Amino acid sequence: MDNEKTYIFDKPENVKRLMHILYACCAVLFLLDFIIHRHIVHDWEGLWGFYAIYGFVGCVVLVLVATWMRTFLMRSEDYYDDEGKAEQTDTSDVKAGDHNVDA
Amino acid sequence: MWMLEIPPFVPFFIGALLAAVSRGLLRNILLIAVPILGGLHLWMIPEGIHLQFAFLDYTLTPYRADKLSIMFGYVFHIAAFIGIIYSLHVRDTTQQVSAMLYAGSGLGAVFAGDLLTLFVFWELLAFTSVFLIWARKTRRAYVAGMRYLIIQVLSGVILLAGTLFYAAQHGTLDFNFIGLEGMAGWLIFIAFGIKCAFPMAHNWLTDAYPEATVTGTVFLSAFTTKVAVYSLARGYPGTEILVYIGAAMACFPIFFAVIENDLRRVLAYSLINQVGFMVVGIGIGTALAINGAVSHAFNDIIFKGLLFMSMGAVLHMTGRINGSDLGGLYKTMPKTTILCIVGAASISAFPLFSGFVSKSMVMSAALEEGFDVVWLLLLFAAAGVFHHAGIKIPYFAFFAHDSGLRVSDPPNNMLLAMLIAAVLCVGIGSFPGYLYSILPYDTGYNPYDASHVLSQTQLLFFSALAFVWLNLKGLYPPELHSTNLDFDWFYRRAFPTAFRNAFAIIWKVDGVIRKEFLSKLDLGLSMIAERNKGVSSLLSRTYPAGSMVMWVAVILAAYLFLSFITH
Repeated sequence: MDNEKTYIFDKPENVKRLMHILYACCAVLFLLDFIIHRHIVHDWEGLWGFYAIYGFVGCVVLVLVATWMRTFLMRSEDYYDDEGKAEQTDTSDVKAGDHNVDA
Repeated sequence: MWMLEIPPFVPFFIGALLAAVSRGLLRNILLIAVPILGGLHLWMIPEGIHLQFAFLDYTLTPYRADKLSIMFGYVFHIAAFIGIIYSLHVRDTTQQVSAMLYAGSGLGAVFAGDLLTLFVFWELLAFTSVFLIWARKTRRAYVAGMRYLIIQVLSGVILLAGTLFYAAQHGTLDFNFIGLEGMAGWLIFIAFGIKCAFPMAHNWLTDAYPEATVTGTVFLSAFTTKVAVYSLARGYPGTEILVYIGAAMACFPIFFAVIENDLRRVLAYSLINQVGFMVVGIGIGTALAINGAVSHAFNDIIFKGLLFMSMGAVLHMTGRINGSDLGGLYKTMPKTTILCIVGAASISAFPLFSGFVSKSMVMSAALEEGFDVVWLLLLFAAAGVFHHAGIKIPYFAFFAHDSGLRVSDPPNNMLLAMLIAAVLCVGIGSFPGYLYSILPYDTGYNPYDASHVLSQTQLLFFSALAFVWLNLKGLYPPELHSTNLDFDWFYRRAFPTAFRNAFAIIWKVDGVIRKEFLSKLDLGLSMIAERNKGVSSLLSRTYPAGSMVMWVAVILAAYLFLSFITH
């Protein structure tokens, strides 16, 4: 492992570079809103940076709500398998991680 | 021309037969030839009714071609072609044969001109595709396939019932606009809805697709739901309730997709999300909206196929598909990584990729027709799909933390299939004119105006920014080995448990009642016996049954003796 090839994102500075490109793109896109006049159908579309803010806030809300959903929806991986095993005693052909093996 | 009368499903059924009896290179050549020849044949046929005959009092039209069906015909041929190439390495006759039959059934359904023919292919879709799930040969796949089959067949039975009502109501079986009128309209609507994965009827999809084989899922993702979308587009355009159902379908799966670990299940959720956009389009029902719905179905088959293929390649090479077990694969699977990103960009609707030119039509139509709230929801869903399918899928499979897995790119046939799909994604996205020319309506829509490109790019880039920000803050939910409860919990856990408990109680109560009854009976009998003891001691109960038998024997003997002496 030690003498393994180093790949592009193994170097933190490359990751940082990519992030800076993203930040720059976002800034440019946001500023373009002030230069290009978008034609609008709905009133809200006319707000400065409506799409940018909606996208950002929407995704943050999405992730936070989804994370909160975990608190009452998450069960162990073999949650439904327990049931089957209880009923079916001859599960000798089922191995751990079996469902990951391709036929 | 006799060629006209060959319905498009026939070459596929013949291909299935040939695949069953041939092996090796010959079979591969035959399999590839079917969608190519079938596609060329389809290209030459004009619109109209090509096959029709009388059945009892009704006219059956097993083969009708119009703009809507021909368009789905094209994309089904493309999907079959890509799927066949992707699965050339598979040495499993069951899978090859059922894939051909399944593709053929899909084609049969979209070219069906009457409801009875539609029903036949509707059920065939279920019966042929379930083998692609069972071919995984695990217990999980077997039970998931069973659930899948039961729900699909149920949908077919409801469709048949609706068809019978429809025939009684209208005196015809022709499959045209149906609408939500009367029993027939609702039954057929529900049947279509189950296959279309409407909310609460959606779990067959997220349950079964991730359990199918690597190649099977690619076929599965293309046909079943799109046949349902086609059927809705023909039978229920402009039905307002579809707008709200579609909006719900577009929104709720993305929450599940964010916390799901199995990356193919993430794609299954995002499949429902994409079908939601199509359903909204059908519900709005204007020319632009219908165009948007069917062109999005066309594109979705290709880019969702590409995503399922790339995740299939990961599963095929590593034997793992959970986000928590993967990561860092870009190092040794660079080609798959790039192809996956093309699929991710397409589903996220980046300009120049295919999703952009079709999804926007539905959004514009929603806005123009005054569905403001639905439009906001769709916009949220569009940002969300980029989040979970556009970023999460490639990020957790190919980047994220290094899993230490060092596997190479998949076999060449798999790469080729993904490359074809990727080229189509970029081709359609960059030159949408070809796709627009085969749409049912001519609306003169142009997706590439400055406002639209800018707003969509802003939406996507700031969604990406949100992902980065959440990750840096440590707010992003980690991939965990887990099962997330969904609506299927009701029929996989709650109902069986409730039934079991109910029956346990019933048996218990039943046992107590029986016991009580028997002891009461016993008591009563002994009481009667006691009372009769003095009257007729010989027949009373306190004597053993043997004595009664003896006395019967004595009576019979006396009877016999008497009959002798009287004659």
